[in-house]
Amino acid sequence: MPGLTGKDQVLTDYANKLAVLDAPKGRSLTQDALRRLSKNKAAVVSIGIVVLIILVAFIGPYFVPWGYSEVDWTSIRKPPDFDKGHYLGTDQNGRDMLARVLQGTQMSLIVAAVATVVSVTIGVVYGAVSGYFGGRVDSLMMRFVDVMYALPYILFVIILVVMFGRNPVLLFVGIGAIEWLTMARIVRGQTLSIKEKEFIEAARASGAKPFAIIMRHIVPNLSGPVVIYATLTIPEIIIAESFLSYLGLGVQEPQTSLGTLISAGAPVAEVLPWMLLGPAAVLVTLLLCLTYIGDGLRDALDPKDR
Amino acid sequence: MIETREPILKVRDLAVEFTLGSNGLFGGKKILRAVKGVSFDLYQGETLGIVGESGCGKSTLSRAIIRLLPATAGEAVWLGRDIQKMNSNELLDLRKDIQMIFQDPLASLNPRMTAGDIIAEPLKIHMPNIGKAERAVRVAEMMQKVGLLPTMINKYPHEFSGGQCQRIGIARALITNPKLIICDEAVSALDVSIRAQVVNLLMDLQKELGISLLFISHDIAVVRHIAQRIMVLYFGEVVEIGEAEQVTMDPHHDYTKRLIASVPVPDPKVEMERREERRRLRKAAAKAA
Ligand SMILES: Nc1ncnc2c1ncn2[C@@H]1O[C@H](COP(=O)(O)OP(=O)(O)OP(=O)(O)O)[C@@H](O)[C@H]1O
Ligand SMILES: [Mg+2]
Repeated sequence: MPGLTGKDQVLTDYANKLAVLDAPKGRSLTQDALRRLSKNKAAVVSIGIVVLIILVAFIGPYFVPWGYSEVDWTSIRKPPDFDKGHYLGTDQNGRDMLARVLQGTQMSLIVAAVATVVSVTIGVVYGAVSGYFGGRVDSLMMRFVDVMYALPYILFVIILVVMFGRNPVLLFVGIGAIEWLTMARIVRGQTLSIKEKEFIEAARASGAKPFAIIMRHIVPNLSGPVVIYATLTIPEIIIAESFLSYLGLGVQEPQTSLGTLISAGAPVAEVLPWMLLGPAAVLVTLLLCLTYIGDGLRDALDPKDR
Repeated sequence: MIETREPILKVRDLAVEFTLGSNGLFGGKKILRAVKGVSFDLYQGETLGIVGESGCGKSTLSRAIIRLLPATAGEAVWLGRDIQKMNSNELLDLRKDIQMIFQDPLASLNPRMTAGDIIAEPLKIHMPNIGKAERAVRVAEMMQKVGLLPTMINKYPHEFSGGQCQRIGIARALITNPKLIICDEAVSALDVSIRAQVVNLLMDLQKELGISLLFISHDIAVVRHIAQRIMVLYFGEVVEIGEAEQVTMDPHHDYTKRLIASVPVPDPKVEMERREERRRLRKAAAKAA
């Protein structure tokens, strides 16, 4: 019975508030997936190595005696020499290879991160919109993707370079803007199946706007394939970067990247092997680790599929 | 007495057609008439049961009523306004006044959202002005009302049982104080014991809040329990509509008789007679065909 003063009501409200305040947290699907991932040894070790590579690439240069563009006239084409601080030797111009590998790794990582973020963002939004609206919008948007696929991306990159000059970051925003095509297709396919689920209909029935439905209900449920595909995109972009730098379209001297270093080291591998071994080891380790992480994520996010 | 009041929902000759893609190079487009001219009235505080076998157009009818699907003919009038002609503001009001409860309790909840966020979503859409704390209190109260502990507010759908998930669905439907709730096979996926609990919860809430229910099911036994009136659909057409008592005890249409005959009865003797009756009806139907 509600009292005259409405005290009961106030107390109930208060009790409710308290109950809500110390309500235990639930286990979200993401937490579940992370827990499964943490049981996957290969993936955990790979994550550790990748984190280590990232830290070393960004902090390391401060502890290396030579700068990446600094020339040591007394040691040109020299193998590793611990007295002078050339721990990985020097190149034909007398620059310290360790410093260059660190800078190159840094550049490759930045490029990969920028291009991946761009391609994932565009791909997810484009694919989700196309799949959710369906019908004519969908066919139009997907035909556009088909056309883009048919264009050679080298042509696209050359146009970008002509337009914006040789700015590596801009260039890789451009690469990201091409890499999104596959992402858009994957996301569209996923969206088509998610939008048939009852919770989407429930959201529509309670008056949610299409944009809110896409952002609140569809995109969060895409995380599985998106995360997996993103881990596969990173190595792809690192390789694309190597190729473009080899053609002279990518990163420019004295800056460098893993791809540039490898393409410089490969022709002289027999006489100056240290010029190839350092960058190649980093690139191979990075690619292997990313593959293991991708595998681990796939298993962790889709436990039923195994 | 009920008949003297103005119905809150008037459906007149509502029809829904699906255009199926043409098969083959020269195959013309096929048209599937899922709902063929359905008419009925629904009054405030009343429960209308809609029964019929799988594929007879029950879900299609309910989705056309709230304009999740376009109707091809006829009209549905909600509180005097034709739903097909509503502008976006009126439609938003309609979405607040009519809520739905779905068949699959787990699939109707976004797996990435907590129970609290799911229940609060309609509130965010229709009453964006109320603050976060107020919203949390309302959600907690609603959870209590449908028999969930408010301390479960931060749990995710997969941490609840099927019956609890359906209670979350009911809480989400009730949070905007709707005038009508459409339950599309809302209890069909639940275990028998939990089904009874949820049906009773719905009936209690309805009595308390004075809402109307459109209760869709292929199970005439459940419908008889909850509904005052029953409408029988057969291949998209109404074959019978009337008081629950009359439709179940004295069905006029053959199809209704068959539906009722298909409900198992605990008494073996009655069940035996039923089986006999069904055999006879089937034979008659076969002869007619
Ligand atoms: N989007 C659609 N496109 C084409 N045909 C459809 C579509 N939705 C439903 N149908 C068809 O319309 C008919 C009626 O379907 P509906 O889902 O309304 O039946 P129902 O009575 O709800 O059945 P159930 O008891 O299985 O839920 C079916 O033949 C179905 O195949
Ligand atoms: Mg249905």
